Amino acid sequence: MRECPIADLLDKRLAFVTGKGGVGKTTVAYALGLAAAAAGKRAIVCEIAAQERGSRIFGRSPIGFHETRVSQGLWAISIDPERTIREYLEVQMPMRSMAAILARSNLFGYLTAATPGLQEMVSMGKVWELTLNERKSPDAERTYDIVIVDAPATGHGIAFLQTPHEFRDLARVGPLAHQAGRIERTLADPTATGVAIVARGEEMAVNEAIALERSLAGPDAGTRFEIDRFYVNCLYPDRLSGPERKLIERVVKRSANESARAAEPALRAALEEATRAAAQREQLERLREQVAGPVAELPFLFAPGLGPEQLSRLAGVLT
Amino acid sequence: MSAAVEELLEGVSICVCVGSGGVGKTTTAAAIAAGMAARGHRVAVLTIDPAKRLADSLGLEELGNDERRVDPALFERAGVDPGGGELWATMLDVKATFDDVVARHAPDEESKRRILENRIYRRLSGTLAGSQEYMAMERLYEIHERGEYDLVVLDTPPSRNALDFLDAPRRLVQFIEGRAIRLFLRPAGLGMRVAGRGFAIVSSLLRRLTGLDLIEDLSEFFTATSGMIGGFRERATRVEALLGGDETAFLIVCGPAGEPVEEAAFLREKLRDADLPFGGLIVNRIHTVEPPLAADPAELSEAVAAALDDADLAERVLASYADARALAESDARNIDRLAERIGPSPLLQVPELGDEVHDLSGLLALSPYLFGRPTRP
Repeated sequence: MRECPIADLLDKRLAFVTGKGGVGKTTVAYALGLAAAAAGKRAIVCEIAAQERGSRIFGRSPIGFHETRVSQGLWAISIDPERTIREYLEVQMPMRSMAAILARSNLFGYLTAATPGLQEMVSMGKVWELTLNERKSPDAERTYDIVIVDAPATGHGIAFLQTPHEFRDLARVGPLAHQAGRIERTLADPTATGVAIVARGEEMAVNEAIALERSLAGPDAGTRFEIDRFYVNCLYPDRLSGPERKLIERVVKRSANESARAAEPALRAALEEATRAAAQREQLERLREQVAGPVAELPFLFAPGLGPEQLSRLAGVLT
Repeated sequence: MSAAVEELLEGVSICVCVGSGGVGKTTTAAAIAAGMAARGHRVAVLTIDPAKRLADSLGLEELGNDERRVDPALFERAGVDPGGGELWATMLDVKATFDDVVARHAPDEESKRRILENRIYRRLSGTLAGSQEYMAMERLYEIHERGEYDLVVLDTPPSRNALDFLDAPRRLVQFIEGRAIRLFLRPAGLGMRVAGRGFAIVSSLLRRLTGLDLIEDLSEFFTATSGMIGGFRERATRVEALLGGDETAFLIVCGPAGEPVEEAAFLREKLRDADLPFGGLIVNRIHTVEPPLAADPAELSEAVAAALDDADLAERVLASYADARALAESDARNIDRLAERIGPSPLLQVPELGDEVHDLSGLLALSPYLFGRPTRP
């Protein structure tokens, strides 16, 4: 496997992880978090979805909208736009009690849902707040060296990353527009913000990864992001050389005696794996050819489930 | 409990494939549609975001919201005679579908134009969570309503939370109805004025926060849509009744790894809670492996070493086999656990077939697993 140091990505304050649905974004986000923690950093993973997965991975109670320590040096939070808006109102507005009442009213919930980009904007605002050295939220007793965002999949991921730009365009005044401007500056600064795209050695996932880079780093992007790293996840090991595959194929075809037949299930399994590994590598090479960012490989984990141990293995490969 | 899709879909005219992202829903939906067409049915499949090669091979390369017939010659080339069967396919275009809905319900050209240009509507039809789900349902209903097909198969949007799909139509209709807000937009009486002041406070707070003044857009949106609410509501009710009726079957699609299994079991619960007809479960991309013929590991090692005459290569082959067996066992355990969780329901298992399915022949190659026998005349 190629060496793929991620020191650069982990040296940033903010790292977004996106890619096609189901490719392992959350896994990579937490593995990056563990890698950062192992390097002595304080890291937090933000999940931007209703159904957080960190609690299952770490075998603990739901994480929710709290900065929750899940491992040595690693915290997690599940960002809920409604809770974030409420927190935002309470922190930003001079009249906290009233803001709290309003935030709970049906009407307010309704209006915030109707306001273009507001939910995405406050989620991004919360992510950004976590990166600050002087935190604003009421229970913020700690600061983080790196904030890793398990961002939404492809299309929504692009929209999410462009939210501050879009919002600033839409609303030119008010505290949120002001904040959007500050966030956009952070996002546009490649020393502060990084993006990792996760894919698999499959046609669709590779296509989406290529399209994502074009969209995020292309000339039409509102805020431009260079892609720091592509991770191709779940790659089967490349155990057999071409001639070895041919040799095994010949042996299977010959199937001379009983002893050879006893070997066949193993031989066929190895061939099948090699075929898959080759197909994955073809897609991997296609990705390498078509994107500007560096491409790193993550192994398929022959494990029954995903827990801290498997994540640590991935974190070890990431660095 | 094993079963074949054709039996599961007996008397069913709508098949909805649900499941979390990345489990092969699109392929499964297309394979079911292709297999049913190969068995002589007139089938339409509504896909959300197919792989480009699959879309191209089905003749979906052009955008457009209409169904297109998959070239019968492709069946012939795959060695299948579909008899009177036809396969039609379409990709969901959310914005176009939403615009059609507006056009259909708008009382006049002027309201239609005002809605289509409204900022709130553009957010609604573009990005608001649930629009894609709602429009998928809307399209499904519209295609079904025309009565041109024996079966319509729906692939559902890749949402992280597969349940959004079930709640979306109701939520969206509630949004358009906007009961909380319409109250404030009516000419104020005495009671209304108090409420009106609440509205003014909330909206001014929001304006101060966001810098966006939405009052005008909102009021325009609700004025323009007020003539359409009845139509929307009635339609939503009919869609709901159709999905909950005997004509519909929901198939849950999942992968064999631990987490998708959890999600599938959870989804099964939700279908039950929502009183929606569950047709069965399809577990995709299962890792399988031949069991060893050798009596014990030592005999196997010897056999492999003897067959290859290369100790190092033999070791790698054995490592590969051991990993494959561990994976297959883990998948089998997960499937057992899932079967236990969902109770006695039809469960179809599709093995990992390596390469991605990207044409009609590939879809029909899934038939032995989905239909219990290969697609042959």
